[in-house]
Amino acid sequence: MKKMIFRNRNQLLPWLMLLGSFAGFCLFYLVPFVVSFFYSVVDHPIHGAFCGLQNYKELLRNPYFLRGLKNTVAFMAVSIPLNMVLSLIVALVIHNMKRYPKYFGLVFLIPLAIPSATSAFFWESFWGLHGTFNKFLSSYHINGFDWRNSEYGMIVMIIIFIWKNVGYNMALYMSGLSSIPKQYYAYADVEGAGIWWKFRNITWVYLTPTTFLVLIMTFVNSFKIFKEIYIITGEFPPEGLYVLQHYMNNMFLSLNYPKLAGAVYILTIAIALPVACLFRSERKLSKDLHD
Amino acid sequence: MGYVLFLLIVILYMTPLIVTFAGSFMSSREVEKHYSVGGIQDDEFIDMNVIPEKVTLSQYAELLFESPVYLNMFWNSVKITVPIVIGQIAVSTLAAYAFTVLKFKGKERLFFLYIMVMLLPLQVTLMPNYMVADWLDITDTYLAIILPGIFNPFGVFLLRQFMKSIPDAYIEAAQIDGAGHGRIFCFIIVPMIKPGIAATAMLTLLDYWNLVDQAVIFIQDTQKQPLSLFLAQINSGETGLAFAGSCFYAAPMLLILLYGQEHLKQGIAITGIKG
Repeated sequence: MKKMIFRNRNQLLPWLMLLGSFAGFCLFYLVPFVVSFFYSVVDHPIHGAFCGLQNYKELLRNPYFLRGLKNTVAFMAVSIPLNMVLSLIVALVIHNMKRYPKYFGLVFLIPLAIPSATSAFFWESFWGLHGTFNKFLSSYHINGFDWRNSEYGMIVMIIIFIWKNVGYNMALYMSGLSSIPKQYYAYADVEGAGIWWKFRNITWVYLTPTTFLVLIMTFVNSFKIFKEIYIITGEFPPEGLYVLQHYMNNMFLSLNYPKLAGAVYILTIAIALPVACLFRSERKLSKDLHD
Repeated sequence: MGYVLFLLIVILYMTPLIVTFAGSFMSSREVEKHYSVGGIQDDEFIDMNVIPEKVTLSQYAELLFESPVYLNMFWNSVKITVPIVIGQIAVSTLAAYAFTVLKFKGKERLFFLYIMVMLLPLQVTLMPNYMVADWLDITDTYLAIILPGIFNPFGVFLLRQFMKSIPDAYIEAAQIDGAGHGRIFCFIIVPMIKPGIAATAMLTLLDYWNLVDQAVIFIQDTQKQPLSLFLAQINSGETGLAFAGSCFYAAPMLLILLYGQEHLKQGIAITGIKG
């Protein structure tokens, strides 16, 4: 039905509409991205000779690169699911609030508006050797240490990440929640369904598309938290906090483009494969929902 | 019990803002007394005092009146973010519409490319951006930040999600009535996804308002730096000034969030019901 109507339409205008975005997308992202592949197969950024996969081999043996990769994966494996669950809980609480949901919602959005440097400064003052957290501990006669540079550094970063991003996901979930027809809950109440049943069979089912969106945005934001991490830890963080972006930043600053380009491609492939699977399953799922 | 816990979390959440806000009304001497601790003694701690001994506007006076530098940097931030937000919305709304109505082979693949680029961390796209800025000879100008910002695939992704939720019947009915794509876009699609546009604009604005890395790499001239970069590089002796600067810089964003929150909610609300 839809196809029949669209077929005979003048499609020139939509193509033009796409063209603007596509041209810019190619010029600023796609073309240089492809060009940078050539950097990854030469041994020197200027007048380099072709060296095949040498850079890739070296990268996969480079302890710094591997450490960054390991820490990045560990950070994401904990912080992404944790953030999604907490955001959903906060969204559910605020959604069901009778009074002032707007202002409570705003509270969780505040961290997005605070400049990165300011929140970094606050968290440094909180977790540092002379920080507020240790002050609290000392009142119980516990000797603190610099939490950022300890084995707990990763936990500190995860807390900062959660603090900053729960609001973002909460907003996405709240909109998903407000789109669920209220009658469904009313029917369930008539049938005498419990809270957990309603969540499993109504809320969670209807939030599926939102959850995909939240997952993608959390992934994007889990890279963005590097801005704060970098301000707090600087160029040379302790081992446990050295993430991939540190490695890339350092390669960029030392103008080592072949290594940087190699790292870019390895990371891109590492992201593309799971995301492609995710999208395939999403399309299947949404097809199943509609059939 | 649940409410008490929730209230406690809310207070914890606001602490950074409260501490910063309170600090901005202290004299620099008082701020240094609270925050410049450490050195040899281990039993001295930072004191995040939220009640100033004496309230003073001296930090704000320095920020706003005594030197034109800071206000100028604030203005630089405006000059970077406003064109990005406007350009991003214009380009992305058009492209999202095209993605919705066009049927061509490889459309989903092309869209997947957009999403891929969106997912890559900034450190990955900075090098391509830098290369292009070099070719176009726009380094050390705002264009080096603005142009990649405008063509950031994020807007296309988010707005397409909104448009997906508009039932096809709307577009089909308009077409049967003889409306072309131009009219459908202007009079049906744009009004319907206004909340989505507001949400995209707001998220783009928040993102670029607090940019740091792009400015470090593209803008060498200190006169041209945005205030967000200055706040990231401020000296430890100027904590009080940093507090006032932070409040001054965050205020417009907080206002926009307060008024825009409803849009954010409705905006993404439509995405729930996919067509």
